[in-house]
Amino acid sequence: MNQDNLIIAGKSYSSRLLVGTGKYKDFAETQAAIEASGAEIITIAIRRSNIGQNPNEPNLLDILPPSKYTLLPNTAMCYSADEAVRTLRLARELLDGHSLVKLEVLGDPQSLYPNVVETIAAAKTLVKDGFQVMVYTSDDPIIAKQLEDIGCVAIMPLASLIGSGMGILNPWNLQLIMDRVQVPVIVDAGVGTASDAAIAMELGCHGVLMNTAIAAAQKPVLMASAMKLAVNAGRAAYLAGRMPRKLYSASSSSPTAGIIAPAKS
Amino acid sequence: MIAISINGTIQQFDSNISVAALIEHMQIGNKRIAIECNGEIVPRGQFNQHMLADGDKLEIVVAVGGG
Repeated sequence: MNQDNLIIAGKSYSSRLLVGTGKYKDFAETQAAIEASGAEIITIAIRRSNIGQNPNEPNLLDILPPSKYTLLPNTAMCYSADEAVRTLRLARELLDGHSLVKLEVLGDPQSLYPNVVETIAAAKTLVKDGFQVMVYTSDDPIIAKQLEDIGCVAIMPLASLIGSGMGILNPWNLQLIMDRVQVPVIVDAGVGTASDAAIAMELGCHGVLMNTAIAAAQKPVLMASAMKLAVNAGRAAYLAGRMPRKLYSASSSSPTAGIIAPAKS
Repeated sequence: MIAISINGTIQQFDSNISVAALIEHMQIGNKRIAIECNGEIVPRGQFNQHMLADGDKLEIVVAVGGG
């Protein structure tokens, strides 16, 4: 069987669904949901150790070990290039030199919209410092191309605002981005339910990253498996090459010959 | 005695405490952590050698759930 793997920075992944590890009820739910999603790449955040907490309390990495998953440290809640760079340098040290990272620099605490100017600045520093940067960005195709030119290994445009669940609001911009960049385009932010993920894949996106869509579902583990199916279905539909859309086609799916004559009234 | 800021909280220690000794004192030796001292990463291999001084600002971080 042909492998249709996702290739990021020369490494191959069979899952095109990437999942965040935040907002779950507890570690048990986190683990169960990640497992159900089939995700191989999972994002983590870097935060101050809570000194004085129970030293025997389990760590996130105990249940999601680097030996089993590709951990993608993020720069969530960073508002400047400097903060993002510092955070990722700490993350790289934490993960023994692992250099595949997610860059995100926010511009506004209410909308969590990315600050693309600071993002570009951070990307330049990080790429020069040897990081493999998967960059969260707006759906501006010019910025996306600039980020690729800087050397980012994946472009991750938002579908809609982080945590909003509004789905793909601008498929045309996503298409513009995919027309212009060679590196994988992974929709990140705004996915709300399975069809959103399927639509992203049908458009030709290489993968989808989500967190709230699963964690904030009534049944996260069930939603995680729905998302796995949706990403696979969307990808297969894309590879199958959909039929064209037409206003009308006069093209019935049933034969036009051999229709019985109308009964005499 | 020296005063060191650890994750925003100032704590007092005997002088000449190494990063390794601090970690042991704080009972976080079994966790996967990374440390920044005055804005510079302290590599794990340097924990025994790096001595802390009065006024040092440490950030000690771990991996947590996030999107």
